[in-house]
Amino acid sequence: MPFIETKNLSFTYTDEDDPQPVLHEVSLSFEKGEFVAILGRNGSGKSTFAKLLNLVLEATDGTITIDGKSVHAELSEAEIIDLRKKVGMVFQNPDNQLVATVVEEDVAFGPENLGIEPAEIRRRVDEALEIVGMTDYARHAPHKLSGGQKQRIAIAGVIAMLPDCILFDESTAMLDPRGRAEVMETVEKLNREQGITVLLITHNMDEAVRADRVVVIDDGRVQMDGTPREVFAKVDELFALGLAVPQATELAARLELSGVPLTPVEGADAVENWFNT
Amino acid sequence: MLKDITLGQYFPGNSLLHKLDPRMKLILTLLYIVTIFFANNLITVAILTLAAFLLVPLGQIPMKTVLKSLKPLRWIILFTTVLNLFWVKDGKQLVDFYFIDIYSGGIVYAASMALRVTALLAGTTLLISYTTSPIALTDGLEQMLSPLKKIKVPVHEFAMMMTIALRFIPTLIEETDKIMSAQKARGADFETGSLLSRAKALIPIFIPLFVSAIRRADDLATAMECRCYHGGTGRTRMNRLHYSLRDLFALLCFLLFMAGIIALRWAPLPAFLGI
Repeated sequence: MPFIETKNLSFTYTDEDDPQPVLHEVSLSFEKGEFVAILGRNGSGKSTFAKLLNLVLEATDGTITIDGKSVHAELSEAEIIDLRKKVGMVFQNPDNQLVATVVEEDVAFGPENLGIEPAEIRRRVDEALEIVGMTDYARHAPHKLSGGQKQRIAIAGVIAMLPDCILFDESTAMLDPRGRAEVMETVEKLNREQGITVLLITHNMDEAVRADRVVVIDDGRVQMDGTPREVFAKVDELFALGLAVPQATELAARLELSGVPLTPVEGADAVENWFNT
Repeated sequence: MLKDITLGQYFPGNSLLHKLDPRMKLILTLLYIVTIFFANNLITVAILTLAAFLLVPLGQIPMKTVLKSLKPLRWIILFTTVLNLFWVKDGKQLVDFYFIDIYSGGIVYAASMALRVTALLAGTTLLISYTTSPIALTDGLEQMLSPLKKIKVPVHEFAMMMTIALRFIPTLIEETDKIMSAQKARGADFETGSLLSRAKALIPIFIPLFVSAIRRADDLATAMECRCYHGGTGRTRMNRLHYSLRDLFALLCFLLFMAGIIALRWAPLPAFLGI
């Protein structure tokens, strides 16, 4: 059974005069331990999708099942919290998701909300900071850290709640290249070493390539779903959806267009021909 | 330009005063204020003031910093002193010069008033502002006032608001700096012109700042919700404050001191020093 499953999920922003449909019948399923990149240009509905999975928004139509429990409007607060605990979320702006004035207090915020024993919180906080490599900064003030470091603290805050899945909503978009590398490294580590399911919402192709699976959403609909190799092979389609492709892929596609052979055998033949002429 | 702003007057350190539980410091401050009003004699007031200044080395705070913090008070002290000096007509008349009448009681009263105000400010700032970080103070207040939750006082909510405010003040200051630079780059002028035109020049700073602050608040609310925040009920804390032996010792010392001061009310001190 998939860990998260959506069936015909639709969402419309209810504005009285002008309802804005954002998602149309999205049916996707994610297995435990998967690393999935969700691609789409701005306004494609990918962030809305994330907010639906985290129960921040409520679906207009369709169903969501998380870890065997279906999400519906009549859930009690305790049940909602239990589901939110399973699916953590890291947002785009590193500044706007840190609550406390000391790093370790911020990491403790989630477990504190869950009513966990102080000794256990301490243990989880230390472990979470260790995983994201920020143990040395436990007593620092968040506003003095770099963007990448703040984002790692935000990740630690989510890990401390022991989620099964973490949603990254363009979490690297506001970072410099170095911060981006730090965060991506942490994300991969979480997936490979902790077995956490990762849903990475992004429009950075070089990040998407690192996933096991790429889902392309455009205009609120799933347009492509497959391994990075399968998805990025469709260069023309991606361009038509207003998305770029990873630089290496683009290079390969352009070389192919200008008649440069690409497979090893073809390449070897081409080199041989070039030497012979 | 705005970067080096500090919050409150907290002076980081590791002294005995810093290590006291913030709740104990709040209790001691209250007791100290009560004691000041119990003192009915120039000598006891002087002892209290002296005691406040003895806290300076105990908190490892430079004397200069403390004196500086008293500086804004000099006009109030001067005003009350002068007023008391001419108005109190007790004891022996010392000066009788046209409309200036000074009595011995006036001098004693004026001096003790000045000392009282100094003691009040020095004592409270030393115990609380200089040696307690705003975070510790918020935590202390939250735990101290938590019994009030039973009568529906939103203690947790206030503490949360304080924490968030403390967390975002540096962020918003940084943002103000950025907006100011951006407006300057477009030719905005904040330094010249009349007071009114300078105030008007601040509008293009405040509007973007407010818009961004509201957006931040919205983001933060979503992020807190995602981290299962649901108010103060059923919430635990990682670091609970615990009274230590040190706190008990401080309290005992203070109670002894307080008892001594109150006992001095009945001590056979020269009557003319009474206030």
